[in-house]
Amino acid sequence: MILPWIVLIFLIGSVMVWVAGLFGSLWPRIVSLVVLVAHLGMLLALWLRHVREVELTAADPWLLKYSVPWIPGLNINFSLGMDGVSLLLVVLSNFLTILAVAASWKSVQERVGFFHFNLMFIMAALAGLFLATDLFLFYVCWEVLLVPLYFLIALWGYQEKRIYAAVKFFIFTQASGLLLLLAILGLHFAHARATGVHTFDYFQLIGTPLSTETAWWLMLGFFAAFAVKLPVVPVHTWLPDAHAEAPTAGSVDLAGLVLKVGAYGLLRFIFPLFPQAAQAIAPLAMGLGVLGIVYGAVVAFGQTDLKRLVAYTSVSHMGFVLLGIFAWNPLALQGAVMVMMAHGISTGALFIIAGDLSARLHTRELSKMGGLWATAPRIGGAAMLFALASLGLPGLGNFVGELLVLLGTWQVNPVAATLATAGFILSTIYSLWMIQRVFHGANPQGWKVPDMSAREGVIMAIAVAVIVWLGLFPQTELNTARKSLEGLTAASGIVAAGPSKGAGARAEAKP
Amino acid sequence: MTASMLVPLLPLILPSAAAVMTMVAIAIRRSHTLTALLSALGLVAGLVAIPLSAAAQPRQVTPLLLLDGYALLFLGLSFSASLIVVAFCYSYFERRNEVGEELYVLLLAATVGAGTLAASTHFASLFLGLEVLSVSLYATLAYHREEERGLEAGIKYLVLAASSAAFLLFGLALLYFEAGSMDLAALAPRLGGSGSLSLVSLAGFSLSLVGVGFKLAVVPFHSWTADVYEGSPAPVTAFLATVSKGGIFAVLLRFFLPIQAPSARSMVMAIAIASMLVGNLLALRQKNLKRLLAYSSISHFGYLLIAFLAGGRDGVASATFYLVAYFATTLAAFGVIGEMSRATGREADAVEDYRGLSWSRPGLAGVLTVSMLSLAGIPLTAGFVGKFYVLQAGVRAELWPALMVLVGGSALGLSYYLRVVVALFQSGPAPSPARAGFAEVVLGLLLLALLWLGLFPEQIVALIDRMARLS
Repeated sequence: MILPWIVLIFLIGSVMVWVAGLFGSLWPRIVSLVVLVAHLGMLLALWLRHVREVELTAADPWLLKYSVPWIPGLNINFSLGMDGVSLLLVVLSNFLTILAVAASWKSVQERVGFFHFNLMFIMAALAGLFLATDLFLFYVCWEVLLVPLYFLIALWGYQEKRIYAAVKFFIFTQASGLLLLLAILGLHFAHARATGVHTFDYFQLIGTPLSTETAWWLMLGFFAAFAVKLPVVPVHTWLPDAHAEAPTAGSVDLAGLVLKVGAYGLLRFIFPLFPQAAQAIAPLAMGLGVLGIVYGAVVAFGQTDLKRLVAYTSVSHMGFVLLGIFAWNPLALQGAVMVMMAHGISTGALFIIAGDLSARLHTRELSKMGGLWATAPRIGGAAMLFALASLGLPGLGNFVGELLVLLGTWQVNPVAATLATAGFILSTIYSLWMIQRVFHGANPQGWKVPDMSAREGVIMAIAVAVIVWLGLFPQTELNTARKSLEGLTAASGIVAAGPSKGAGARAEAKP
Repeated sequence: MTASMLVPLLPLILPSAAAVMTMVAIAIRRSHTLTALLSALGLVAGLVAIPLSAAAQPRQVTPLLLLDGYALLFLGLSFSASLIVVAFCYSYFERRNEVGEELYVLLLAATVGAGTLAASTHFASLFLGLEVLSVSLYATLAYHREEERGLEAGIKYLVLAASSAAFLLFGLALLYFEAGSMDLAALAPRLGGSGSLSLVSLAGFSLSLVGVGFKLAVVPFHSWTADVYEGSPAPVTAFLATVSKGGIFAVLLRFFLPIQAPSARSMVMAIAIASMLVGNLLALRQKNLKRLLAYSSISHFGYLLIAFLAGGRDGVASATFYLVAYFATTLAAFGVIGEMSRATGREADAVEDYRGLSWSRPGLAGVLTVSMLSLAGIPLTAGFVGKFYVLQAGVRAELWPALMVLVGGSALGLSYYLRVVVALFQSGPAPSPARAGFAEVVLGLLLLALLWLGLFPEQIVALIDRMARLS
């Protein structure tokens, strides 16, 4: 019974903060913080219990399941299920939303109630999405997620192009989302024709016999939707605009969570539902992944706007996720999940820093910055640390993830793995260059700005603690995800080459 | 015709009687409140009579009318929509100096006409219903008779509707010539069922399609729609967009669905695709909310035609659900326009008029937001379930080209619906203090209905599944 409450608490919370907004602008902040922290506590308790007690197997990696009929006339159920991966992602979302609320404490002063309503509603949609085991429900959450995000960008974004950015974001994701809906319906009817059972249930739809051609088209429908959200390179153009115009909380949500939605979809659906078609497209997808890694990094280097720069680094990092998922062996998948977690935190933190800076300087132009270290050393230190995380410094979470992806990919496609290594070099260049431009060198504008406040300091300290924890003690996270990932590979019927003992073990590559 | 046939016919008789009574009441004493109340009562009586009619036998009343579940469902839908329109009209005309009483008589007559269409099984009743509907609409559309735009709307609709009726008549005559029967049920088998049509019957089919297409405003028969939407009073536009088009779509399903000849299907397919594309494209740059809704309605009827093409029980059920959702959404949107017009004292139809509405009147802004999202087909609203239902029927029938156009059209559509939503939330001019009107209560109920249909559509889905079956 705990599963529906994970979603419901956020929904109820969203109404509560809206109402709280009527009593002043402090109340929504407090209420949402309390709800979010309490909820995170509940999730952590669940996680601890999972770590200590629950023995999961690859055959049934589900911690919890829940299902009630929703629209029986259309064979739709309200079905939720939680495995290790969804647990991790819900925890990540909840954690980042807390950071987003804290980061917007001062900067959002208009319609505070509605702002926090949107944040909580995004959280509810995300929780529903990560937990849904009914494809209709998944789609509903997928689309519902867009509306509050749209409002975040369009109402609280930066002045210049925010509405253009919001509309572009919405149209890209909606059009691809409808393709997903078509593919879901196609699968639904293909299943009905093959077995006579009308269902949207994920577990029943796994292993639906499909002709090669049907599987190919349906897989493309799923892939298109997830690729836009991830984003994969040719369809990524909404991302820099949306990121650059979004308020800090919106950027944190976009980078930390919305991109994960695409990755989660790829992970959860593509291979288990369409194993053959997915394998057929894997070389192409991995090529797109490598392209994304290199392209994102190169374009990031060319940016003059701090937030756009960080946005393009996301494209690069998500290339690793795409690569890892389509390598489809436990090692690479472990890496992909780890990249998702670490990228969520490091990029989220970088966006918060960018927001803090632009609130102080009233510009996001790199050319107008420089020499800020002298006046704001603590902000500089935090930025340095997350830039190092982003470039893959050992000891921080991103390194573990990207290394695992490379190791796993090497077993399947050495060429792609070799090319992707370029990402490590390129990310070093753009990260250090960014730090150089913002914090070092001369201070031509003569900026004198206040350094990190206590509130900002606490946010950064928490984020630093988590990214270091992920880097130094990745085993807890890896263990949590392991059985689910083995379950996914088992469901797809593709026996992975290479060790499945888990990622902490040394990779013994077998050709 | 026997006395026992009167019971199934009650849902049509009572509102007709109410129309006459209202007319007499106006002759005795002009009172806006009384007139509105009487016509509302007539519609409520019609609604109450529906269960009675459903229980009665026989359903076939003379060769002309068949009061089966399908017809009764549409009657219920039309009466409910008209009831809401009456409420809007009451609020809209209350503060204006124009005399609005006759409007209610015409609305009742038009509703009866739409109901007759839904129940008709014969060319004669079809045409009768259509003309009662159209002739009543001519006058209501031009109700702003001092304004140029109102007159333009009335004249445009008059000329085009009359000529489309001529097309329809000629088409029906050709079909009669070929089939030798004016009975709709007998038509399809005599024309060769799903085989190919003869030249004469194809001509008849196309001409009647032109007639129906004009009324539905699908491409290429759509040119009147924006001007008429713009020129007529907001509640009347709401009526035109819902009850009138719904009644005609009901007869389209009953009349044309059994004709499954490839040539006929490809014609409808072309109209559907063109409507989805043209409607959405024309709406893209619209700055007038009523015109925007007019163009968007073109594309929505394009989507509906996909359900029509899918055919079978699935197609009928999905089209019916889509219409229910569309009725609720459109009524809500025009209700907001009407309420804003009442508050500003002129027809508030520019998107610019709605700038910053969320600051001054958050309730109205909320209703308009949800109805825009519902038109765009975003989940948790009625429009999404409707679109899902149509997509489902389309996928089952494997109408892939049309479905791809639907996807593209929806993405286009989103951009203009969102434009309206954004305007609502932008900072706008200083709010004019406006008293909350009676219509706001109705709008609140509509908002609940939109969300309820989006979240828990099960009851309506089951009801439609039980009732909406074409024999």
